[in-house]
Amino acid sequence: MVERQPVLTVLTHVVLALGIAVVAFPIYVTFVASSHALPDVVRAPMPLAPGGHLVENYWGALTEGLRTVGGAPVGRMLLNSLVMALAIAAGKIVISLLSAYAIVYFRFPFRMGFFWMIFMTLMLPVEVRIVPTFKVVSDLGMLNSYGGLTIPLIASATATFLFRQFFLTVPDELLEAARIDGAGPLTFLKTVLVPISRTNIAALFVILFIYGWNQYLWPLLITTDQRMDTIVVAIHRMVAVAEAQVEWPRVMATTMLAMLPPVAVVVLMQRWFVKGLVETEK
Amino acid sequence: MEKRAVFQHRLLPYLLVMPQIVVTLVFFFWPASQAVRQSVLAEDPFGLTTRFVWAENFRGLLRDPDYLRAAGTTAVFSISVTALALASALLLAVMADRVIRGATVYRTLLIWPYAVAPAVAGVLWLFLFNPTVGIVSFALRQVGYRWNHLLNGGEAMLLVILAAAWKQVSYNFVFFLAGLSSIGRSVIEAAAIDGAGPARRFVAIVFPLLSPTVFFLVVVNVVYAFFDTFGIVHAVTGGGPAGATQILVFKVFRDGFVGFDLGRSAAQSVILMLVVIGLTVAQFRYLERRVHY
Amino acid sequence: MESFRVRGAGVVAVVVLLLLAAAPAAAETEITFWHAMGGALGEKVKEIAEAFNRSQSEYRVNAVYKGNYSETMTAAIAAFRARQQPHVVQVFEVGTATMMAARGAIKPVHALMAEAGEKFDPGAYLPAVTGYYTTADGKMLSLPFNSSTPVLYYNREAFKKAGLDPARPPRTWPELGAAATKLQAAGVPCGFTTDWQSWIQIENLSAWHDVPLATRANGFGGLDAELRINSPLHVKHVAQIAEWQKTKTFDYGGRRNEATAKFTSGECGMLTESSAGYAGIKRTARFDFGIGMLPYWPDVKGAPRNTIIGGASLWVMAGHTPQAYRGVARFFSYLSSPEVQADWHQFSGYLPITRAAWELTKRQGFYDRNPGTEVSILQMTGRAPTENSKGLRLGNFAQIRDVIDEELEAVWAGKKSARDALDAAVRRGNELLRQFERANR
Repeated sequence: MVERQPVLTVLTHVVLALGIAVVAFPIYVTFVASSHALPDVVRAPMPLAPGGHLVENYWGALTEGLRTVGGAPVGRMLLNSLVMALAIAAGKIVISLLSAYAIVYFRFPFRMGFFWMIFMTLMLPVEVRIVPTFKVVSDLGMLNSYGGLTIPLIASATATFLFRQFFLTVPDELLEAARIDGAGPLTFLKTVLVPISRTNIAALFVILFIYGWNQYLWPLLITTDQRMDTIVVAIHRMVAVAEAQVEWPRVMATTMLAMLPPVAVVVLMQRWFVKGLVETEK
Repeated sequence: MEKRAVFQHRLLPYLLVMPQIVVTLVFFFWPASQAVRQSVLAEDPFGLTTRFVWAENFRGLLRDPDYLRAAGTTAVFSISVTALALASALLLAVMADRVIRGATVYRTLLIWPYAVAPAVAGVLWLFLFNPTVGIVSFALRQVGYRWNHLLNGGEAMLLVILAAAWKQVSYNFVFFLAGLSSIGRSVIEAAAIDGAGPARRFVAIVFPLLSPTVFFLVVVNVVYAFFDTFGIVHAVTGGGPAGATQILVFKVFRDGFVGFDLGRSAAQSVILMLVVIGLTVAQFRYLERRVHY
Repeated sequence: MESFRVRGAGVVAVVVLLLLAAAPAAAETEITFWHAMGGALGEKVKEIAEAFNRSQSEYRVNAVYKGNYSETMTAAIAAFRARQQPHVVQVFEVGTATMMAARGAIKPVHALMAEAGEKFDPGAYLPAVTGYYTTADGKMLSLPFNSSTPVLYYNREAFKKAGLDPARPPRTWPELGAAATKLQAAGVPCGFTTDWQSWIQIENLSAWHDVPLATRANGFGGLDAELRINSPLHVKHVAQIAEWQKTKTFDYGGRRNEATAKFTSGECGMLTESSAGYAGIKRTARFDFGIGMLPYWPDVKGAPRNTIIGGASLWVMAGHTPQAYRGVARFFSYLSSPEVQADWHQFSGYLPITRAAWELTKRQGFYDRNPGTEVSILQMTGRAPTENSKGLRLGNFAQIRDVIDEELEAVWAGKKSARDALDAAVRRGNELLRQFERANR
């Protein structure tokens, strides 16, 4: 920072370390729980050090664990989650980019009307309108399909809003220059806007991927074919065992596995993630 | 809000905006209107007998002490979660902004919780605080405090607030860090030259410049606290004990999915929707001003 | 002439071959079965369905996990509204009234079996198990699938330490209180705890003591029933437990089955919990434990009667072809067969639904090898159920249970007296009943 005060620097690191401890602790506990056998996990207190069943639990989770809940093999479930998350992220980004572009760079009747229509989707979460949405999807014959899993969730305002904010901060000179060069709107979009929006696109990708990956209720409802299960559904299935005993180590191991892709996406893209949002704040 | 340089095409904008509008109409407005219509009906879950009851569902809600109590609980919950998530994130961001070496590492480690699904986060926190087998409750017992959020409403509330805030901290953290990075060095340095210490600088310069971010995050966090925390409450306390942690969205879910009283549940959703619209309109207006500024 | 005949024969041969090829593919009617059994139970359900599929070639049951009980029911409702409903859906016992009231959405089991010409003897089923799911005049509406009943688990080692006889669990509530106090004196932090407090301490309290839970024969007689859970017996029982909570003779552990951990960790010496919790307790308790019957109040005439079940049953949804229904009927017969029932019962800890399955399990020596596992059945079949102990038929009951849970929690926390809490529960519960009545008129 501006001054060099050793005390402040130390304090800074201490606060940050504490912050990380608090934030990461639950995840650490999950990890520890995934490395013990069931009786050790349910007695008080669970040991804080990892136990000796790590390999056994993870291997079991990968090969049999999910089989015992009558679901598809792990590989298939991870694929389903991946397809869903990627399709949702990509879909949202594409249609939001186009809509935001139209709303910012054109004048046409109902322009703001459209914007508000899109914006309203924030007001009523999926859980609340799930029964009628299910009917619509089934009427369209989209049950048990990747389409049904992803398209209904593509209607969303956050991405459009974010792009709109960003486009408003893009200097007009860029457009003028492109015009002078004889570029039409689509060319301008493709050759100028999209490249400079790259950081925003990356940032959104992270947010939307995680959103798609963590979906639970919607996939559960619209798929009856268990080969379409996602991994988050599988975790819930292991916990909802009515009166029987929950297999905590298995659940924790699967949770850790299910967290890896989203965390990986966040970590890898976090450079673009932060930069993307900085542009928006201008 | 308005750009000076625009294109004059007539048909193209409609084409560009169509995909999103179509999806929104088919998969949002149509089902949402059905859900809203549900709020003026008294219907059995299977839709076999339907009666129009107009405002009866709404009136019943406003007369129901349970509902009003849930509204109060939601207010306390949202404010607490927002305050805690924002304050912690701001503190961490300010600290991380000062650090030059290791910033990437800190940032990475602090973003993790965002990747955890809300319901799973709830289970994790339950694990920690379970009165019998939880590690934290065990530690508290060692220092003489018997933690039991199953009996103590205040403790239950504290637990869900912690769990919900935990998830949001990383999201806010990133925004704050981004906002701090964009404040020009020169402004800060000028103030330092004038003799302002770090605390003074923060209060007089940094925070005001950060205020648009703060406001934006306030609204986003409140919306999160209203809607997306359902999973955590469900997993951790189930609204208990004795309704101490029953927030409005949880009641919507309970009445709709467990009680299958779709009319009542829809009425509650409509009310929630109006509240969120109000909040968003306020945000939108404010941000418009900010962009001009 | 010759070539014509040859060609004709060739065409006939081809047609016959095509028909033969097409026939098997068309003959397997698919039956969808949505259930809420996760974990190992779900795997077992899948096994059962596959065994049925292998045993015949006309029908194929597809067992699909649709989430927990609420989610499964929501899925079925949403599906019905979209005309995509499954053939069979597993619904928890508190959803019985909702399913029953949806006359156009369901096909009662007795009608299903009769129409399909499937042999069906209502007398073969254990009345205490099926009573919940039959009409007032004994016609079966849904097939009980996973039913359990509350029993008393006790820590035999802790009993020995406290000077109590490990072979004699307390039989009455006063005895339990005395045992709990002795346990505490011997160093056990808490005397006893309970899971599923509404189901065990209120609903089963009523049935076990042959005392009404609600008017209109606990709701079997009509939608205009009213709760009676603030009767003197209920108030006395809750007040006693509240007293015990003060000294941790009783310690509250959660609405569902979180309190099991208090027992298996040794913190509490006794636990009233579902018989289906046996497998989990066996795995996680590191001490020798025994099973006894649910305690009762000796001064109540008519006690003990029989306990009621918890769990879920299988409902058949309307709107399918007679062909499919014949398949469902066959599947139900298969499920009710002694071998399948005995196997499911022994694996899961849920009760067998027929007398034959019970007998078979006895003959197989299962109860000898696993002492205490027959207690639940003996508890339910000791005496024939009365209209107070057949079960409940109350609408919105899932929410009523939540109300009861809330009010009881207020009592345990010392915020309300037992009388006030139960009065409030009756008031709030009746409102929910009236709402249900209104919506289903």
